[in-house]
Amino acid sequence: MSDNVVLKMRNIHKRFPGVYALQGVDFTLRKGEIHALMGENGAGKSTLIKVLTGVYTKDEGEISIDDQVVAIHSPQQAQNAGISTVYQEITLCPNLSVAENMYIGRTEGVYQNWKKVNADADKILQSLDIPAKATQQLSSCSIAVQQMVAIARAVDMDCKVLILDEPTSSLDEQEVAKLFKLMRDLKQRGVGIIFVTHFLDQVYEVCDRITVMRDGQLVGEYIIEELPRVQLVSKMLGKELDDMSDIHGEYQTYEAEAGEAPVFEASGLASDSGIKPFDFHINKGEVNGFTGLLGSGRSECVRAIFGADRVTHGNVKMNGKEVKISKPIDAMRNGIAYLPEDRKVDGIVGDLSVRDNLILAAQVLKGFLKPFSKAEANKFADEYIKLLSIKTASADTPIKSLSGGNQQKVIVARWLLTHPEYLILDEPTRGIDVGTKVDIQKLVLKLASEGMSVTFISSELDEMLRTCSRLIVMRDLNVVGELTGQDMNQSKVMSTIAGGEKKNAE
Amino acid sequence: MSKNNSSVQGGGLGSRFKNMTDTNLLLLITIVIFFLMYIGAMIFLGSGFLRAQTFFNILNANASLIILSCGLSLVMITGSIDISVGGVTALISMCCAVYLDYKGGNVFVSVMIALAIGLAFGLFQGFLIAYLEIQPFIVTLAGMFFARGMTTIVNTNPFNVANESFVALKNTRINVPGMGFVNPKGEYVDAYVQIGVIVALLVVVVMFCILRWTKLGRSFYAVGGKAESALMLGLNVKRTKFIAHVLCGLLSGIGGYVYFLYSGNGSAANATGMEMNAIASSIIGGTMLTGGVGNIIGTFFGVLSFSTIQNIVASAGLGEAWWTGITKAAMLCLFLLIQSIVMARKKK
Amino acid sequence: MQNNKSSAVSVFLGKLVRQQFFIPLTALFLLALFNLIVDPSFFKITINTNSAGNPVLSGALITILDNGSEFAILAIGMTLVTAASKGQDISVGAATAIAGSILLRMLCGTNSRPETIQMPIIAAFLISCVVAMLFGAFNGVLVAYFKIQPMVATLILYTAGRSIAAWFNNNELPIVTDAVFSYIGGFIPGIPIPTPFFIAVACIIIITLVLKFTNLRLYTQSVGINESSARLNGLNPAAIKILSFVIMGLCVAVVGLIKVSRLSTINYSVIAKDIEMDAILAVALGGNSLSGGKFNMAASIMGAYIIQFLTTTLYRRQVPSDALPAYKAVVVIILVVMSAPVVREYFASLMKKLKKEVA
Repeated sequence: MSDNVVLKMRNIHKRFPGVYALQGVDFTLRKGEIHALMGENGAGKSTLIKVLTGVYTKDEGEISIDDQVVAIHSPQQAQNAGISTVYQEITLCPNLSVAENMYIGRTEGVYQNWKKVNADADKILQSLDIPAKATQQLSSCSIAVQQMVAIARAVDMDCKVLILDEPTSSLDEQEVAKLFKLMRDLKQRGVGIIFVTHFLDQVYEVCDRITVMRDGQLVGEYIIEELPRVQLVSKMLGKELDDMSDIHGEYQTYEAEAGEAPVFEASGLASDSGIKPFDFHINKGEVNGFTGLLGSGRSECVRAIFGADRVTHGNVKMNGKEVKISKPIDAMRNGIAYLPEDRKVDGIVGDLSVRDNLILAAQVLKGFLKPFSKAEANKFADEYIKLLSIKTASADTPIKSLSGGNQQKVIVARWLLTHPEYLILDEPTRGIDVGTKVDIQKLVLKLASEGMSVTFISSELDEMLRTCSRLIVMRDLNVVGELTGQDMNQSKVMSTIAGGEKKNAE
Repeated sequence: MSKNNSSVQGGGLGSRFKNMTDTNLLLLITIVIFFLMYIGAMIFLGSGFLRAQTFFNILNANASLIILSCGLSLVMITGSIDISVGGVTALISMCCAVYLDYKGGNVFVSVMIALAIGLAFGLFQGFLIAYLEIQPFIVTLAGMFFARGMTTIVNTNPFNVANESFVALKNTRINVPGMGFVNPKGEYVDAYVQIGVIVALLVVVVMFCILRWTKLGRSFYAVGGKAESALMLGLNVKRTKFIAHVLCGLLSGIGGYVYFLYSGNGSAANATGMEMNAIASSIIGGTMLTGGVGNIIGTFFGVLSFSTIQNIVASAGLGEAWWTGITKAAMLCLFLLIQSIVMARKKK
Repeated sequence: MQNNKSSAVSVFLGKLVRQQFFIPLTALFLLALFNLIVDPSFFKITINTNSAGNPVLSGALITILDNGSEFAILAIGMTLVTAASKGQDISVGAATAIAGSILLRMLCGTNSRPETIQMPIIAAFLISCVVAMLFGAFNGVLVAYFKIQPMVATLILYTAGRSIAAWFNNNELPIVTDAVFSYIGGFIPGIPIPTPFFIAVACIIIITLVLKFTNLRLYTQSVGINESSARLNGLNPAAIKILSFVIMGLCVAVVGLIKVSRLSTINYSVIAKDIEMDAILAVALGGNSLSGGKFNMAASIMGAYIIQFLTTTLYRRQVPSDALPAYKAVVVIILVVMSAPVVREYFASLMKKLKKEVA
């Protein structure tokens, strides 16, 4: 057994100011296995990966590859030791060509035969079925292709250990399938793969073994067949999970009065993001959602509603009255709130305190010349930190030092503070832990029961089926269907997303 | 996905622009505008611009600027900046002048002095910027202050160098066959360039090769494009930045000496504002201060455009001193706007 | 017990070192100490009579308060520009020349040496304010709408500014001979403290009130840290960036007024020369990041006075004005190296190791 082990990490410790991120963690990877590393946000997965790849230096412990102890102090050393990593965020240089991105930083000598490099790169891209040319500038490729180029680079390096850190979060289903094929190929070749993801389905589809971490400590290592899903989740959370499948019943549905105009109504709405004109409405107290594959235009729809992209066509009515929404502030004045898809890029203001982040939207609505007093701001902050049980050292802590789930809660609080009539949540649960996911779903239903209209978008279909009462289905930047009541089940949604036979024949 | 496919396969002019690297696109714009400008000057202003020597004189006067701009392009591609090059040039010319005249030294040693000073600045500034992670603007600002201050400490009064071998070198002309003209007296005058121009052209060629084909060169682009990624790709980001500054220092040593060779004097007022001219030339040449985009050939044409415009202003009869400043700024503004618009359209 | 106390002290010291005010305060302290030892007369303030027969205070400290005013005023604008646009305005010296030139043109009318001023000073000043703010807006538009980096965008005005200033006045050097006008850069009769100091204090009070009673701080910081997020929260990042450049323009106009009044005339190529570098330095010495985002206005202003403190100290040590930058550079390098996070971390870990070894 032990001669099969390729990577061994023993008793790894890592401390940050105020946080004991890794407390004596062990990890073992064998040749030719796909090994899932699971845990909630803040469990220490990322830290462990970063220690392994030389981004962080460990405080204590030992890493050995093929039974040889190695010292890893930089990504370069990790590469030399045979460890390659593909991150969730693209870690390639957008201004270089595809081939340069695949070969830079790992060849000997001063001079480089670029003709040969380009030819080699093209060969690999072809063999992996990646739609890119070697000489193309990387930034002209889509995000998914960029991700695959990163994998192609790792594949070509004949690595012993391949780390995939949430590589699937920006890929659609076909691309995921392609990636899994690639992973299985590599497995056959004897590469040990560490797979970090939040998607349970994917873990059970492709992995052999699971290591679970919690609060910077190792919970255990399991063979996949011996660990049912429910147990995995409870191991990650450290408690038995109450049945999440039926949170619908806990809240009453809001009874709309007959004849009331919809809270928000759009006809022929389109924006410069390329979305085709669509009609949309939402009633008071309703929860609906946009669903579809990644890139199908669900985010673009809500961005058009909020005025985040430049609106090119369409009329918009709020409560039956025609309004003009051309930029975010117009939407906010009309009582619309929008939690954007990408928390890091569009949501948080990293260096500012939790308090400032929380009051930002309400403050902008109130006006430049009317700042909240210190007391008011503190009151709001304390109120919502308690209400949403946000875990933060204080309201003065910079938001960037909070965990992903807590950052998201602050952004939710920011919009609740504006007391919107209509709340749009675009992927509020992406990349956050299971516990917080349930909190947010419950919150959505509670708000709706109090009369708020909510549009909810999520990549996880069961989450949407659980919370929404109406689903708008999108494909290729078009609205292709609307499902309610009995139709709202997994298979019906899937078939609508995939489209009928006729559509395919076209 | 579908968008990307179409751009890979598409063949129209629009998509060709789209597939061009940012660097090449900006280079193309620069070269086209330079030729338009020069040909325009030939047609509308005539005489002077029809003579090859006018062009060579622009080269002669700006050889040092070309070299300094190469250095700046290099650090700008790496995502950094160096505003000390003007000050270093002044310091070098003063030190060399003092050495040659007061100490009666030889020319070779004076070249070594120039290189040593440039290298010292590059090493020191590079260390502070790359390894101590201090903002490059502040470090090189201090560098500029230091160099300017030291220049007057070395010697306060400006003076011309009388050292014979130096003057001989300074006045060396290299004739360019077949490009001369017949002067009013009816004699044929050969067109010539000075030694500095040869040095500058060598620097351009060498730097171009380094940036285009060597691994180090591509590392500069990688670090400037996205430093975090470059680190993940296994590049030594700190060392790359350090090398960029050292090379820039070395180039300011060479450029400083070429400047000295052209001006032939030591003065605290030498090379005033030269760092900003070099930055402007680099930008006109298509280098972006955000890093990762730029080309040495572009920088070369950037310097030419920037200097030609001054000649055009002078020949067009706008004699007052302020016109030079205003047209230079207007030209910089024009280039920036074009670049900004082109890049914004390309993104769509 | 002893141990406890010393650890409390070291915790306190550790906290102090991490404070943003640590570097500027230490610099000030060291400079003061240096003067106290080498030249105690530095701190002497005497009452003299100036040429107009008024009693005025004089001494090195007064010089600092007087000449530091321009830096302090520009530091205000530079801090805001840095915070909002993540870059610096290098055109302030050139813009000061323009503001001064306009001011003189207005005061002198068509004549370059009039007996009396042709326009009330306040009106001329307001016109120069408008012009300076327009040039600020020009910079702002380049930065905000054309997405050109601030340093590059302001390089345009930097190149053109002094030429434009000369152009406005046809390269003439008008001279103003008005007593009241000279008070602005000098002394008001009966008040022994230089007027520029009061102007700087007024500017500081105004910006403090503005930061307190408006959302300028929250808005500029948000835009500087995460522009995209700021936009989705209803802010208009372009407008806020332009606003910061317009405020910078206003600061420039005030500095132009002081500078011109000090001389009663103008020298286009020399007025406010390299002042942009000092203003940027002030922001950096205050411990503010030059890459934008969070800022501390008071620290910037303190940085401005430290620069003047240093300059005055060097002058008193008989350093010729041309050589001054070299010494300044050395001090600046020492300060920024001391405040560099990498260096601080290194020393912190060194201290820890030492402590461990002692224990």
